[in-house]
Amino acid sequence: MNAKISAGLLVTALLVTGCGGGGGGGQSSSATPKVGLITKTETNPFFVKMKEGAQKSAQANGMELMTAAGKFDGDNASQITAIENMVAAGVKGILITPSDTKAIVPAIKKARDAGVLVIALDTPTEPQDATDALFATDNLKAGELIGQYAKAAMAGKPAKIATLDLAPGITVGQLRHDGFLKGYGIAEGDPSVVCSQDTRGDQAKGQTAMENCLQKAPDINLVYTINEPAALGAYTALKAKGREKDVLIVSVDGGCTGTKAVKSGEIAATSQQYPLKMAEDGVKAVSEFAKTGKKTSGYTDTGVTLITDKSVSGVEAKDTAFGLANCWG
Amino acid sequence: MEATLPRRLISTPVAGPLAALVLACAFFALRTDQFLTGPNFSLIIQQVMVVGTLAIGQTLIILTAGIDLSNGAIMAFGGIVMTKLAVDSGLPPVLAIVAGLAVCSGFGLVNGLLVTRISLPPFIVTLGMLNVVFALTHIYSNEQTVTDLPPVLTFLGQTFQVGQTNVTYGSLLTILLFLLFAYLLGSTAWGRHVYALGNSPEVARLTGIRTRRLTIGVYTLAGFVYGIAALLLVSRTGVGDPQAGQTDNLDSITAVVLGGTSLFGGRGLVIGTLVGALIVGVFRNGLQLMGVPSIYQTLITGILVILAVAVDQLSRRRNR
Repeated sequence: MNAKISAGLLVTALLVTGCGGGGGGGQSSSATPKVGLITKTETNPFFVKMKEGAQKSAQANGMELMTAAGKFDGDNASQITAIENMVAAGVKGILITPSDTKAIVPAIKKARDAGVLVIALDTPTEPQDATDALFATDNLKAGELIGQYAKAAMAGKPAKIATLDLAPGITVGQLRHDGFLKGYGIAEGDPSVVCSQDTRGDQAKGQTAMENCLQKAPDINLVYTINEPAALGAYTALKAKGREKDVLIVSVDGGCTGTKAVKSGEIAATSQQYPLKMAEDGVKAVSEFAKTGKKTSGYTDTGVTLITDKSVSGVEAKDTAFGLANCWG
Repeated sequence: MEATLPRRLISTPVAGPLAALVLACAFFALRTDQFLTGPNFSLIIQQVMVVGTLAIGQTLIILTAGIDLSNGAIMAFGGIVMTKLAVDSGLPPVLAIVAGLAVCSGFGLVNGLLVTRISLPPFIVTLGMLNVVFALTHIYSNEQTVTDLPPVLTFLGQTFQVGQTNVTYGSLLTILLFLLFAYLLGSTAWGRHVYALGNSPEVARLTGIRTRRLTIGVYTLAGFVYGIAALLLVSRTGVGDPQAGQTDNLDSITAVVLGGTSLFGGRGLVIGTLVGALIVGVFRNGLQLMGVPSIYQTLITGILVILAVAVDQLSRRRNR
């Protein structure tokens, strides 16, 4: 019997010390307006940067920032729970990067019905007007830029293209893919696209995908990738075949690791997006709402820039010095 | 053995978890203004009802010294079956629900058959089943979330008022399920057989319990309970989500272990599982209200799980 009781005490002692340690000054700030940020995951550098931007902007605007994230990309349930808890905590507004663009909509509606301003960052919900506003990269344009770049860089050489995509049913990936094809001037199903594989934006999966594509079509000479981790995976696979010099890799994202890879020539060009700005502007909009009751609405393009050191004529681009100064992660 | 209620409570494996839950609640009530309110408690129950219901099935299986890694995946498939049949195939929603429950029970039955007929370890059977069902969910759903559900499917997410607080019908159903299984395990011959099986399958067999049939029954019943969890999930989120439940298998094991049930079978109470699920829910909610990032929830839950199993081991050694 004693063992059980002491065990119980042990557990409770841990609870108290455990949260005492993690807590850190929650209660005193009930007067400052709160803003919530819900990302897809805790660990992706893109979302780490977003959180940094939100933190900076919250401080500047005299707000308290609450954060939460799913356990994995696609974790809708955790995002719903986070919305509910933030509404219970009395936030003025929630910035969310929806993991599942459709499944999150009913939970967002409940929050908005409770008077909370909800802004989607980076990824639009379906339908887009399920949130009050959207602050995001124009992903179609991001794809178009690298498509146009690739077209010019290939300089009339016949292309054998591999597309290393995100995953089925995810809008961001679809838009970048479509944008690339549009920028290159071809339609979906064009015979020059010889291989298309999903990578989930993961370097190891990108490598596997490229290896398989090279098995299928050894003469690939242009690779579109959904993001730079996938691009670096593709580069590793190409290097193993001794093909890294004569294959052009283009990508989207503009993370710092990715931008360095552009500088060192592993990736030819990338379209850089700005998560810090998305979060900063989002917090600013919530702060405005808390002060004046004015809700922001519609779509705000947070910008995209083509980054390359091997510029081509007719496509506007900045060099990697600019890219590294503005990269995230 | 005559024992007063407090005595009996202390002597159950639920004493430690219950004390932990009460203390955690007290802590959060002191630290935040919003914690100790009716609406917030209603919210916590809504948030734990899906994993809690999965954990009922998990408790049954763990009591037989088994484990189920496939329950979150089975639930996700059940949810997709219910929503797709009702929305895309135009089946009457009630029939769609019945179909979902049947499919989930069916996967439980297959798990049970593989465990008993081919004597495969439950860990392996359900690990394989996890992948099979996960893939089937994505194939059948075509990776698409099902929206615009008929009201019957979301009924359990609707609320009724108790005083100032809105309570969902799903929360009520979840609590009733816990009470039902507490009764079945605690006060029926079937319940005693489940405990006997978990303590020693050989002794159980020699005393005339048909252990194979009992095991198959437990896995099938667990599957049925996952089907109910699927309905709760669908009603809570308002959509059919092929990505759902991916970590719920581990979360349900967490609830069972935090509730004081032994992973080695034969010892534990289903009410403990409810307490375990509530501990996780209270922490997630309380820490969020305090503004602590969600990664700390994972950290603390992890430490708690290790502690809970350590406690189980220590008390066993003491009792030997």
